[in-house]
Amino acid sequence: MVQYVLKRLFQSILTLIVVITIVFLLMRLMPEEGYFGTNYEKLDQAQREAILQSMGLRDPLNVQIKNFYSQLLKGDLGKSIIYRPKVEISSILKTKIPYSLKFGLAALTMSLLLGIPLGITMALNKNRIWDKLGTGYIVFISAVPAAVYYLFLQIYVTSILKLPILFNLDKPLSWILPAVSMSLGGIASYAMWMRRYMVDELNKDYVKLARAKGLRNSRIMINHVLRNAFVPMIQYLPSAILYTIAGSIYIESLYSIPGMGGLLVDAIQRQDNTLVQALVLIYSSIGIFGLFLGDILMAILDPRIKLKRGGSR
Amino acid sequence: MSAKIEKLSHELNKSLFEFAEFDEREAERGGYSNYSYWRSTLMVFSQNRIAKFCLYLVIVLLTFTIIQPLLPNQKSPTEITIDEKTGMQLRNHEPDSQFWFGTNSIGQDLWARIWSGTRTSLLIGILVGVWEAIIGIVIGALWGYVRSLDRIITEIYNVLDNIPNTIILVLLTYILRPSIPTLIFAMCMTGWLSMARFVRNQIIIIRDREYNLASRCLGTPISRIISRNLLPYLVSVIMLRMALAIPGAIGSEVFLTYIGLGLPINIPSLGNLINEGRGVMMVASLRYQLIFPALVLSLITISFYVIGNAFADAADPRNHV
Repeated sequence: MVQYVLKRLFQSILTLIVVITIVFLLMRLMPEEGYFGTNYEKLDQAQREAILQSMGLRDPLNVQIKNFYSQLLKGDLGKSIIYRPKVEISSILKTKIPYSLKFGLAALTMSLLLGIPLGITMALNKNRIWDKLGTGYIVFISAVPAAVYYLFLQIYVTSILKLPILFNLDKPLSWILPAVSMSLGGIASYAMWMRRYMVDELNKDYVKLARAKGLRNSRIMINHVLRNAFVPMIQYLPSAILYTIAGSIYIESLYSIPGMGGLLVDAIQRQDNTLVQALVLIYSSIGIFGLFLGDILMAILDPRIKLKRGGSR
Repeated sequence: MSAKIEKLSHELNKSLFEFAEFDEREAERGGYSNYSYWRSTLMVFSQNRIAKFCLYLVIVLLTFTIIQPLLPNQKSPTEITIDEKTGMQLRNHEPDSQFWFGTNSIGQDLWARIWSGTRTSLLIGILVGVWEAIIGIVIGALWGYVRSLDRIITEIYNVLDNIPNTIILVLLTYILRPSIPTLIFAMCMTGWLSMARFVRNQIIIIRDREYNLASRCLGTPISRIISRNLLPYLVSVIMLRMALAIPGAIGSEVFLTYIGLGLPINIPSLGNLINEGRGVMMVASLRYQLIFPALVLSLITISFYVIGNAFADAADPRNHV
């Protein structure tokens, strides 16, 4: 097991390096006009060359890559070149991450605390009122794109409950609606999968045997059914936790929250190469390690799953 | 047991204690079904009234979007109407008998725009959804089952997954001008990954079950194991994902339009319409510009979702007649 973990760790770092390099190269395929925004026509050729040179974009590719990695290894994420020129990226992130993190974790906690019990209730009361209500909710939230119902939530809930429309540090009430909106999708998703996996487990023969043997229903549920139903869901939990810092682009723009949400898209469109690379580095690490942790958790919980050498072919 | 037993010691009903002989025909009747797999699926599906209703709704919507331009009295979705009285553009006109859904902020008929947009969005959604399903299942099955490929494809997956889709979309939109085929191509390139991963995870869970070990011992070729052992077990779960893929593609299109990478605004699509409506949503009298597209979008996505779920439930052999 330890050997497997180390091997996966090494692979993860390798993948990270490949991803960063590819993104590095892709960003340099972007059109040169993009670096100047509206100033493209106002500057003449010489000035444009000078600016590109100062951004380090005129050096040969291998030099650029070497500079980038040597800087990275020293722990320096670099400075943003267009989004906030000459500002250290780490300071930009330091102000933005806490907001996304707080909202994200609040939303995730709410999703888990509300979603999983809802899913269990739905599975236990199959085809009765809770199941039907829950299914209606899940269908609505899953089918309609989040952008759409976030808008309607903002319009109508703020007027009905008299909540502030935009986020403001001074108004504690303004924290509620964005966090709740963000959690709705999670509730629906966890409830749906929980219900599906539990129903699958409840139909299996070992449950019938346990009932025939006379085990208490609660014991069957907790010790056997829940444990098996959790296994497929555990995979996604580490990623979900880690991804909270990415923020939700819709919520943050709708409620004017100064978080990480729109930062990546903005940076790509403005072609702020250093910012894009730093963000991709962070998000990729989260993604890769989240996947890795999820697989490990899954293997720990379910001894039937063998991830390493075992079986044949 | 039709005999009622008052007291155990009273006449013992002899028939309760006769040996039950083994009757071959009775044994077959227990697990026998008169219908084939897909026929049973269809029968269970049609028993679900809500799903049938949604199916009819989708068929009606689809037919309507196709024949709508041929109906009499329809206006063009891009034509800007000039009000005769003032000679100016008929902006933000409320819904009335002439413009069934009203007009938008530059005077275009919202009714025609919505149906044109639905056509576009549905086309994109269906093409991308089908592509995602085919490629995702093929790659996911190979990835999950063949151990030697597992490492390589996991590496490729990790790399592709972490390259932000936005970069690829911006680059593709730059290289090929923004248009419908570009959008479909770009969404296909980035969309199949999650389906593949999902299929792979499901296959990993059942890869080493005893019946698969048995098949391997017997020497069954891989393609047959995947198509006969693994995939049928997963049909219901895969159907669920496919049902989510079409509304998901429509949702991605809304997202892309939101960040400015989608279709150019002269081609109406549900994403464009919702964004235009977003701009005026705070003014209560103009809210219809958001409500109508959102309503149509919700009807479509919810219907596809319900149909997919019902089909997935019906495809599960445990529910079969």
